[in-house]
Amino acid sequence: MKKNKSLLLSGPYIAWMVIFTLIPLCVVLFYALTDVDTGAFSFGNIENLVLYLPAFWRSILYSVVSALICLVIGYPVAYYMAHCRPTAQRFLYMLVMLPMCMSFLLRTLAWVGLLQDTGIINNFLEMLGLPRLSLIRTPGAVILGMVYNYLPYMILPLYAIIVKIDNRLIEAAEDLGCNSIQVFARVVLPLSMPGILSGVTMVFVPAVSTFYISNKLGSTDIVLIGDIIERQFKQGDNANMGAALSLLLMVLVFVCTGIMNRFGSDEEGGVLV
Amino acid sequence: MKKANRIITLLIFVFLYAPMAVLIIASFNVGKDITQFEGFTFQQYAEVFRDRSLLTLLGNSLIISVLASGIATAFGTVAAVGIQGLNPRMRRTVMSLTNIPMTNPDIVTGISLSLLFVFVGSKLLGQRDSLTFWTLLIAHITFNLPYVILNVMPKLKQMDRSLVEAAMDLGCTPLQSFFKVTLPEIMPGVLSGAIMAFTMSLDDFVISYFVTGLDFITLPVEIYNYTKKQLQPKIYAMFTMLFLLILVLMVIMNLLQLRQDKAKNGHRRG
Amino acid sequence: MKKLFCFLLACVLSFGCCACMETDDRVTINVYNWGQYISEGNDGCIDVIALFEEAYPNIRVNYVTFDSNETMYTKMAGGGITVDVIIPSDYMVGRLIEEGMLLELDFDNIPNYKYIDQRFRNTDYDPENKYSVPYTWGTVGIIYNSKYVDEEDVTGWELLWNEKYADKILMFDNSRDAFCITQCLLGYDINSTDPQEFLACAQKLAEQRPVVQQYIMDQVFDLMENEEAWIAPYYAGDYLTMADENEDLCFYLPEGQGFNTFIDAMCIPTCAKNKKEAETFINFLCDPEIAGGNMDWICYGTPLSAAKEYMDPEVVNDPVAYPDDEILDRGDGYIALPRSATRLMEELFMQVRNGIAVHLPKKYS
Repeated sequence: MKKNKSLLLSGPYIAWMVIFTLIPLCVVLFYALTDVDTGAFSFGNIENLVLYLPAFWRSILYSVVSALICLVIGYPVAYYMAHCRPTAQRFLYMLVMLPMCMSFLLRTLAWVGLLQDTGIINNFLEMLGLPRLSLIRTPGAVILGMVYNYLPYMILPLYAIIVKIDNRLIEAAEDLGCNSIQVFARVVLPLSMPGILSGVTMVFVPAVSTFYISNKLGSTDIVLIGDIIERQFKQGDNANMGAALSLLLMVLVFVCTGIMNRFGSDEEGGVLV
Repeated sequence: MKKANRIITLLIFVFLYAPMAVLIIASFNVGKDITQFEGFTFQQYAEVFRDRSLLTLLGNSLIISVLASGIATAFGTVAAVGIQGLNPRMRRTVMSLTNIPMTNPDIVTGISLSLLFVFVGSKLLGQRDSLTFWTLLIAHITFNLPYVILNVMPKLKQMDRSLVEAAMDLGCTPLQSFFKVTLPEIMPGVLSGAIMAFTMSLDDFVISYFVTGLDFITLPVEIYNYTKKQLQPKIYAMFTMLFLLILVLMVIMNLLQLRQDKAKNGHRRG
Repeated sequence: MKKLFCFLLACVLSFGCCACMETDDRVTINVYNWGQYISEGNDGCIDVIALFEEAYPNIRVNYVTFDSNETMYTKMAGGGITVDVIIPSDYMVGRLIEEGMLLELDFDNIPNYKYIDQRFRNTDYDPENKYSVPYTWGTVGIIYNSKYVDEEDVTGWELLWNEKYADKILMFDNSRDAFCITQCLLGYDINSTDPQEFLACAQKLAEQRPVVQQYIMDQVFDLMENEEAWIAPYYAGDYLTMADENEDLCFYLPEGQGFNTFIDAMCIPTCAKNKKEAETFINFLCDPEIAGGNMDWICYGTPLSAAKEYMDPEVVNDPVAYPDDEILDRGDGYIALPRSATRLMEELFMQVRNGIAVHLPKKYS
């Protein structure tokens, strides 16, 4: 009975996702496995992927680092928010979500204005008589862009989980002689695990395939896979190669999230895979 | 500990708001360059209202993101409850499915969805203009759903299952128990899911570009297409107005909630 | 939150309804053009579309934009949309003709075609003048900042390889334009499809990579105006826009070397619904007065000499905007390359961008 009900509730969703993600995915698979000139079945695109492996590793590295930074700086914020008075909580919540509502394109451009050699930060430094820094077109700038853009996607799920952690559990742990670090490591952190996994996924997964940020903030050396896929469809006139690239990207992301979940939760299932 | 958290929080908010401050200041700038403030003017605001299409495009963006996030939130929340009740293996499969639209680069999702829509629209239904507002809406719902699910699922996991059972024992119908017990319990997750969905919709340009017809274009698509020339500073003015609008809406909402809370508390005390 | 949501929904829906209510009996034409590529009443210039709708009250223009020829092509080839007028670049017009995606124009409805200069008729991409009417044209040259770049270094395309200005040089992030520069430098034909020539070009580009600050397209405006970069290859018309903001910027067409001249042209695709109204629109844009006012804002070259009398005389007499014919004869236009050549070019360019040793794929060696 209960099982049927669950199927009934999730059925429409599953049907929707099958139609609108699996079918397009099959299209991608079809493209990836056909030759661009002749349209015949071919592994040529797959073989060509080797050329782009460095960009894959770079993208994964950058987005993993971004996700971790988001976690490290987002957690204290979420924790602080969750322990404020309810009014303040709502206010802070609003402040976190407000930037998300504003155009991502424009905010990224604003970072360009802030960071470039003749930008606001450097002009300010010069005014103070300090030497200019080269900020833009560094790996740091790309990571900063990613962290900036996806940080709210980390804070909100973390907050939603932490706010519901039962304070009595913490008190109990304290009563049993835990110091504050132990309380955090043994009680608070494990209990916020579902939020952490959700947050990391929501930062990592979109960050891997991003293209605008690296384009605007990165140097010539920083070509991310999102850029390349975008180019294959546009300039390169090679949808087949683009499809093969995104297929590999998807496989890699699934492997990464899979590892993360194995490693992150001892509870069955995890959030993904 | 708490003090350190407070400082970090403060710094993070500075970090989040600095670029927006730059854009807001730029909207009052006489010059076109955001790095140099040349003089104060309201000119750009006048330009926004003179522009034929900008406000319509903003309207389009708001329509699509409110509708898409609303539908995706309702749909996704119900689905999440269902998924939670599935057996672990089934659940894992469904969650992988959920991941696909997030993993796919936007351009791949956009093009493959548009192929699907055109195929169904032109070949099966024999329509000439098969890409419309509706295809845009479907696409937005599709990429919004994972964000809702990913926000709601952890809350469902955190929730004490026995609460629902207790409610049912006390005579609630399943529907009542969902609205009276489950929903309030998972509300923070639903909320953040809805917000993320809304913002994803509001900001999307690549997928929207490929799945929409030419009669319904959204603002980010247009801004992304500004490649031939430098960005018009009136865009900054529009950004600022949108910022203020959202800010005011949120403050009003907060105040309303505050009053409601007070009334409730007073009532309880009385 | 629920309340807010309901409120928002109500607002949006009522807004949407209002928008739907104002349907009228005008014919709507969908005009599909580059973003910010028509004068819309900014900076005190004319509003072309408003003027058109005034002149032809029975036609409504739905103006939609794209960010590159290729995205436009993908969208058009995908189908499912109605487009009445498109304004792609030369090589894309050629490709659309080849693939049978354009309608032949009825020049009886475009009497203003008579104003189009001889130079812009019978072009390589549309040799019989059947499908397209030129909208703008321009040259690709080098923009440099005279404050930092020594006059003696300003010779030809080599400037883009000059180590003295390492990290201050910008380069096209677009394989066709980037290859074109090396082809001009090495003395190849810019419409060549020879893989060995491509390889030589890619090697030349790989040599350049260490001195390049960024591969860019539209960010060039900010970077050059702010003096973040000092040297960039770009379109002459955009140089004029930049020079308004920074007087130190100069432009030159490399001496004794070739360069690209491009034409963007108006066409009617096969998916058009209102061909006659589309032709009316094209005709309107070829009206010398309108074209003049339009070009005053766009800053690209107009193919109508008759339009020049309505334009800012300073621009018209500027040798950058309108070089002498003998200089222009050195320039060359793009034609549509076979798709395999485009792909090879892109693949080699990606090798350069990724810093991988440049090599031809197996099937070419």
